[in-house]
Amino acid sequence: MESNQSSPPATRRIAIDPVSRVEGHGKITLLLDTENRIREARFHIVEFRGFEKFIQGRPYWEVPFLVQRLCGICPVSHQLAAAKAVDQLVGVDELSPAATKLRRLLHFGQILQSHALHFFHLSSPDFLFGFGSDPLQRNIMKVLEHYPEIALKGVKLRKYGQQIIQAITGKRIHGTGTVPGGMNKALSVTERDALLTEIHDILEWSQEALALNEQLHLTHPAHHDFGTLHSNYLSMTGTAGELEFYHGGLRARYADGTMIFDQLDYCGYQKILQEEVRSWSYMKFPYLSDLGIEHGWYRVGPLARINNCDCISTPLAEAARQRFKEFGHNGLVHNTLAYHWARMIELLHCTESIQRLLQDTEITHTELIVENSERRSEGIGVIEAPRGTLFHHYKINEEGLITKANLIVSTTSNNQAMNESIRVVADQYLEGKEITEALLNHLEVAVRAYDPCLSCATHALGKMPLQVELQDASGQIIDRLVKGTSGEIHR
Amino acid sequence: MPGRSINKAMLRTLWINMMTISSSTIRIDEQEIFFEAGQTIMDAAMAANIYIPHLCHYPGLPPSGNCRLCVVGIGNRSVAACITPACAGQEIRNNTAELNEVRKVVTQMLFIEGNHICPTCEKTGNCKLQAIAYFLGMLHDHFPQFYPHRELDASHPHILLDRSRCILCDLCVRASREIDRKNVFAIAGRGIQAHLIVNSPSGKLVDSTIKVTDVATTICPVGAILIKEQGYQTPIGQRIYDQRTIRETAQQEYVSAKAKNDAD
Repeated sequence: MESNQSSPPATRRIAIDPVSRVEGHGKITLLLDTENRIREARFHIVEFRGFEKFIQGRPYWEVPFLVQRLCGICPVSHQLAAAKAVDQLVGVDELSPAATKLRRLLHFGQILQSHALHFFHLSSPDFLFGFGSDPLQRNIMKVLEHYPEIALKGVKLRKYGQQIIQAITGKRIHGTGTVPGGMNKALSVTERDALLTEIHDILEWSQEALALNEQLHLTHPAHHDFGTLHSNYLSMTGTAGELEFYHGGLRARYADGTMIFDQLDYCGYQKILQEEVRSWSYMKFPYLSDLGIEHGWYRVGPLARINNCDCISTPLAEAARQRFKEFGHNGLVHNTLAYHWARMIELLHCTESIQRLLQDTEITHTELIVENSERRSEGIGVIEAPRGTLFHHYKINEEGLITKANLIVSTTSNNQAMNESIRVVADQYLEGKEITEALLNHLEVAVRAYDPCLSCATHALGKMPLQVELQDASGQIIDRLVKGTSGEIHR
Repeated sequence: MPGRSINKAMLRTLWINMMTISSSTIRIDEQEIFFEAGQTIMDAAMAANIYIPHLCHYPGLPPSGNCRLCVVGIGNRSVAACITPACAGQEIRNNTAELNEVRKVVTQMLFIEGNHICPTCEKTGNCKLQAIAYFLGMLHDHFPQFYPHRELDASHPHILLDRSRCILCDLCVRASREIDRKNVFAIAGRGIQAHLIVNSPSGKLVDSTIKVTDVATTICPVGAILIKEQGYQTPIGQRIYDQRTIRETAQQEYVSAKAKNDAD
């Protein structure tokens, strides 16, 4: 995957392989011109898993549990997106109120644990120790050592999200739960009460996590233009334009905040989205069809959702959104590192929503399955996963076997954006012909802001040494930097 | 016995009783158990609540000796307990580290010969192959996977046949023949080419006489024969092997079969 075929002759190439502390394995190549300016950045995805292919021929009811194995961080999102598609396959358009609430609770638990994991376990070392600090310092264990209170609360926030998942699906990772037309198990009063006993602590810690991120962003002007992109944004919103994770219409805005489309039925996603394939990556490049390949790329995820929505249904998160909007002078916030801030607004919204749902008497009701109706040949499930809008599309034959599957995972939607952010950051931090450790980590920080799940998108998992090469226009290596799995660096 | 003396007749009766007892017992590990004429070692063990691991044996169906998990040791021989008649005085090794290791290897081979992807299989938690693997402490497949391509038959509106998970135990064959009286299934081919076939003009389930209510439909110990659209409905924690070990389940199957037999 180191093709230079599309590069003009007078360029130099820097490759970073792989990027660490993201979910999966990535590699960065920087194409330089003769004046050592970044001409193009390529965030390579070099692994392939092929879920869309190998679920073909499998029975449709198996699919939510097959595709949730795409990822160990957000399996619930895949299970729910697939389950929504399967509901359509069995002719169910609306679940029982209790099943809907249970699925929403499950999804809030999922986003809570994923967002907590991303900030505290993966990103907080960058912010607490500094982007250019000793790489041996930048891990969750060192955060535990130097900031035990922050780290422990992060670990417990994640644990709480997982406890919700376990109560509903039977396991913290890769449980069951959804069935065609509903859910397989009610939340017991005992389980609900156990979750409620901890909610006040979780609410307090969620507010602290938000405050920390707000402060980090507001007090570090250098963060504001770090990898900043004036992009389009795509997300799902509720019917009143509110922040919505489970079910709603699609909304897209231009960078200036004007609407591209709103409340679009996601079953028609193929009319507005297309995917481009590039030879140097297994991850596709989706774009908004009407805007074309060059201008149609967009961002998804927390930043897109907070920018796109008109309000948030829970008071503390809504107040946080107002402050976020104020920071953006009531326009959209394009700062890439504001992803972290937006993520923590969502984390707080999840906690408030969880509290609300646990206090809803209907959450323990046992009417969980709607009788299946006439089977359909096609089902499309879309959901807002932690990392952004997630599309699952299946077609089945008359025997109930999958004949076609299309998955557009959140990280895929952010593909072009990640490349662009890398280009901007590299342009800012590359000096001369030497690859510095600081440059490496700044590039990784830019990628990490998107919380990319490369496992989902491509799909591989693993932690490998990081290698950076600098090659001149003739392809000769003039510098090399290698980073090991534990963070040690050598030339 | 003060005041009484043992006469010759009493001694003779006592000797006959002792001989009768010894001639109808076998010893499995350290336990001496009775058996009835015509019983196999497996039958006698089940009646005495001694567990010999097995997959292809089911109380009430004739044994077939397919899976070889019930291998036990007698002297320097290894035999399948389900098809070996109990004989007076047999000294049988069953629950030994050596035999359980052999059984684990057999289980590993069963796993790699098919596509037994427990994490996504709808039979997980209710699967005997998975349960026996847990019972024997199997932590990995050890052998390279075969990843076989075997035909999946989803033609029947209510029953699915996924041959990639078939372990050729032939329980469905026997259940269909002996209980359902239909002869829907058979094993064709030999060795690695052996596979489950359906007795119908097209070879498809939809054209066979199988019904959802047949024993052959539900007796499959793995996820090869399934009732369609029922997967994952039992929550984790309430599946068979979430609640009981395969040893306990085997004993339950024996008790149920015996009760049914006694009632008949």
